[in-house]
Amino acid sequence: MEKLVKLGQDMILLWDNYGAAYLSGIVNTVILAVVATVIGCIIGLACGILNTIPYSPQDHAAKRTLLKVVRAIVRIYVEVFRGTPMVLQAVFIYYGLPYFTDGRVAFSGNSGIWLASIIVVSINTGAYMAESVRGGIISIDPGQTEGAMAIGMTHVQTMTNVILPQAIRNIIPQIGNNLIINIKDTSVMFIISFTEFFAWHRYIVGVNNMYFPSAAIEMIGYLTMTLIASFLLRLVEKLMDGSDSYELVQTDPLTMTAGTYNYPDRGTPFDERSKEYRERTKESLKNRNGSTRGER
Amino acid sequence: MGEMILEVRHLSKTFGSNQVLRDIDFTVDKGDVISIIGASGSGKSTLLRCINLLETPTSGEILYHGQNVAGRGINPSAYRSRVGMVFQSFNLFNNMTVLENCMVGQIKVLKKNRDAARRSAMDYLEKVGMAPYINAKPRQISGGQKQRVAIARALAMDPEVLLFDEPTSALDPEMVGEVLTVMQALATEGMTMLVVTHEMAFARDVSTHVVYMNQGVICEEGTPAEVFGNPQRQETKDFLSRFRNA
Repeated sequence: MEKLVKLGQDMILLWDNYGAAYLSGIVNTVILAVVATVIGCIIGLACGILNTIPYSPQDHAAKRTLLKVVRAIVRIYVEVFRGTPMVLQAVFIYYGLPYFTDGRVAFSGNSGIWLASIIVVSINTGAYMAESVRGGIISIDPGQTEGAMAIGMTHVQTMTNVILPQAIRNIIPQIGNNLIINIKDTSVMFIISFTEFFAWHRYIVGVNNMYFPSAAIEMIGYLTMTLIASFLLRLVEKLMDGSDSYELVQTDPLTMTAGTYNYPDRGTPFDERSKEYRERTKESLKNRNGSTRGER
Repeated sequence: MGEMILEVRHLSKTFGSNQVLRDIDFTVDKGDVISIIGASGSGKSTLLRCINLLETPTSGEILYHGQNVAGRGINPSAYRSRVGMVFQSFNLFNNMTVLENCMVGQIKVLKKNRDAARRSAMDYLEKVGMAPYINAKPRQISGGQKQRVAIARALAMDPEVLLFDEPTSALDPEMVGEVLTVMQALATEGMTMLVVTHEMAFARDVSTHVVYMNQGVICEEGTPAEVFGNPQRQETKDFLSRFRNA
């Protein structure tokens, strides 16, 4: 109990001295995570769509070759960035650019660090999202595509009006996953001296050695951010699903009880009045507009 | 004879080594209601899907007003918008309401404005008795209602021919009636229809022409009276006798 009180006092002490620093770290973390998730989703969407363009042996050879090359490139991108640690990718890109250009082009200054961080996290998110989007698209019933094709929609129209709205709805949980992962994993960007939430922890404990109280503040901070993120994403999902109920404008005249359907020209065993009506229907069916096949 | 809309010539379709359709020839005239009957696996649905180019025919021609639409390098979208299709599994767009389902094709494909699209969508939904449900999502209505909406969606494109691929096979018996009623009304109005069906009563009473398919070929065809009343081939007799006793 004593220890908890002590921890509380230490945390308050830290917050009094470095509150502004922690808050600016939180702000940077959130901005980086949100921006990179959005860009990453756009990259993932583009890759996922490119990967699911159908082609058949009937298509032009050039189109088939192009699609195969595009798929190969996307595949390499996904495998490379999914298969290496983000912290290494950050070093690789941040120091690689000046290395290859002999220092003429570099991520210089604060804006350079921001740019490099956003690029690294976006590309990473994009690699994961590419697979999620592909999964989202192929999980949609092929009947949806056929329905759209049957009313004359082109592939692009089918995608934008029918498939993608449903696929995106299905991958929203995956986008949420990525946002939360990004909020946490942007912490590795301290390696290129990006001052997010965790970087401030490293700086502050370097000054006063209060490792545990600062870590406690960090834990609470990250958990708060991720909880708010999950809550907001649930809200988005709910809004996308729309209302569960609908209003009837009037009653449905065609629904009937089992077994009550009758063919007008034969009637049911129960109605005697319909003999004349049946004859009339038969005549009208026979003399329909333009059809003469019945008499042939 | 009415004006010829579709002519299928020597149509064949193979899936791998399995030949599903062999040398199919037939024509569809304006105002025809053609029922295609036959056992499961006889190629009825594949024939319909080939006509709508959802399957690419292996060989043969499909002439639409004299122009072959089955060849290479032909954009099928424009043709498909003139030939409506109603599926066994409805295939309504799950992300749209009933009304939007009937409007989207008019807006995106026929380039109508929203008001005009809405008006004609409402007309057709009224016709199939689904006007009360315009704000419902497909998952909220029954199978028979879904199929009626699917018919309205196809009609809203103002097609020249409507293809029905076993429209009542996925429905509970009590819902079959409401869909058949709508189809019968369409037939009475002179809509050109091509119906793959297991509803023998519909084939006999509503259609102007019946095609019996067996193992990928057209085994027998004629008026309902000819095919049902006096079948010539033994296969047709065997097939029909199963329904007669039912």
